[in-house]
Amino acid sequence: MLPSSLQLPRVVITGVGLTAPNGNNLPEFRTALLNGTAGIEWIDVRYMGQLPAGVCHYDPLKYQKKKELRVGTRAGSISIYCAREAVADSGIAFDAVAKDRVGIYVGTTEHGNVETENEIYAISKFGYDTKFWSHYHNPRTVANNPAGEVSLHMGITGPAYTIGAACAAGNMGLIHATQMLRLGEVDLAICGGVSESIHTFGIFAGFKSQGALAAHPDPKQASRPFDKARNGIVVSEGGCLYTLERLDDARARGAKIYAEIAGYCVNSDASDYVLPNPSRQAECVRKAVAHAGLTPADIHLVNTHATATPLGDIQECEAIRAVFGVGCPDTYVNNTKGFIGHCMGAAGALELAGNLPSFDDQVVHPTINISELDPACALPGLVINQARKVAKVDTILNNSFGMLGINSTLIVRRFVA
Amino acid sequence: MTKDECKKVVLDIIADIAPDEDLSAVKPEVRLRDQLQLDSMDFLDIVMELRKRYGLEVPEADYPQLASLDSCAEYLTPKFNALPAR
Repeated sequence: MLPSSLQLPRVVITGVGLTAPNGNNLPEFRTALLNGTAGIEWIDVRYMGQLPAGVCHYDPLKYQKKKELRVGTRAGSISIYCAREAVADSGIAFDAVAKDRVGIYVGTTEHGNVETENEIYAISKFGYDTKFWSHYHNPRTVANNPAGEVSLHMGITGPAYTIGAACAAGNMGLIHATQMLRLGEVDLAICGGVSESIHTFGIFAGFKSQGALAAHPDPKQASRPFDKARNGIVVSEGGCLYTLERLDDARARGAKIYAEIAGYCVNSDASDYVLPNPSRQAECVRKAVAHAGLTPADIHLVNTHATATPLGDIQECEAIRAVFGVGCPDTYVNNTKGFIGHCMGAAGALELAGNLPSFDDQVVHPTINISELDPACALPGLVINQARKVAKVDTILNNSFGMLGINSTLIVRRFVA
Repeated sequence: MTKDECKKVVLDIIADIAPDEDLSAVKPEVRLRDQLQLDSMDFLDIVMELRKRYGLEVPEADYPQLASLDSCAEYLTPKFNALPAR
């Protein structure tokens, strides 16, 4: 434990760059969430055919050259788009920033599957002769690829790497960046999470074999967390990267401040490869609340991780109920995956972004596609199908959980000087 | 295949691997790297595309022969003409 006298620097969010299946910047994304607009469509998945998925429609050529797109990866491209958007949004004079003092911390669920599958498919057209295997395979598939592409593109010479944390990764990017800023390792962090997962058939096939892939005649209704008829995950791509700075630096340059990092926790279930563990999830949430110096009743908005699997949603609800079930009349709960599916490594970061404007408008975006609420998921304060104006939103708690039992909870608070 | 046709083949490949470059004024006698933004990985792309599209192999020892369009044509044209009919 750290000595209680130790005062760590306060860290704030000063910029947001994102691409989601239903928006390519925060205002677009927020508008879609408040209007109940889902962004899921049919895509053709190699070997599998038409499946519902979340596709991002940002313009890659807004920042990248065609050659960068040819050589790099989709995850790299999404990262570059989000990083450039975040830095622009932050208003920081980036040309004057010492590039060796900038850190890039990108959460990913997985990386390299897309590129490896593509190469195997490509050499299948040449009798599996490996002399046709691309010389770009290794730089495309190294685990640091998405962060490294941002570094190359922006000339950032500080630490740039990915954080592999399954679907808890989006939160992990922010948590790790906060730690690095507090340690004084960097002065500006570009952090969050990305996903290119819709371009690998393996993730769809894996979920299908596991009985956890969503199916529905209307793709926009395929992702239905907490609904009685939910039947699995809609795989999506996406990205959300933030600029984080120490509060003193942000104030010195008169930065717009979206929120302050209040607290967090990362823990592990140590119980199963894929099945969640509600006890460890609840423990993660409680520890994060304590880390923020708060009590559960102080949390005004809980964004759940629930991915619309039959069992996983119930288990998270069990965890949420254990922490917030009693004595938390001001706590509201929502979920974003009905709109955007499961953006994997980007999920935590994107879902936090979708709720950040609640500090300004006190509106909680709804959880959509609930035709009949599963009684086992009937959480108190759950906002269903229509956005809800509430008395106050001063704190947001964001859950993201992943396979191999990794849990991450991040809490942000309205910035008050 | 004539040498001019060979240069066109190489330029078509370069157009794909360096899509941001203006190839309208490439000087055939000048080294490609001195007039276009091409790195060593791009030259490996040229070799790979010759292999994929035409079944034409360029041994590593001969890579320097691909320095300019003129040298490409000198080196590659006889190799193209020696390829079995496809």
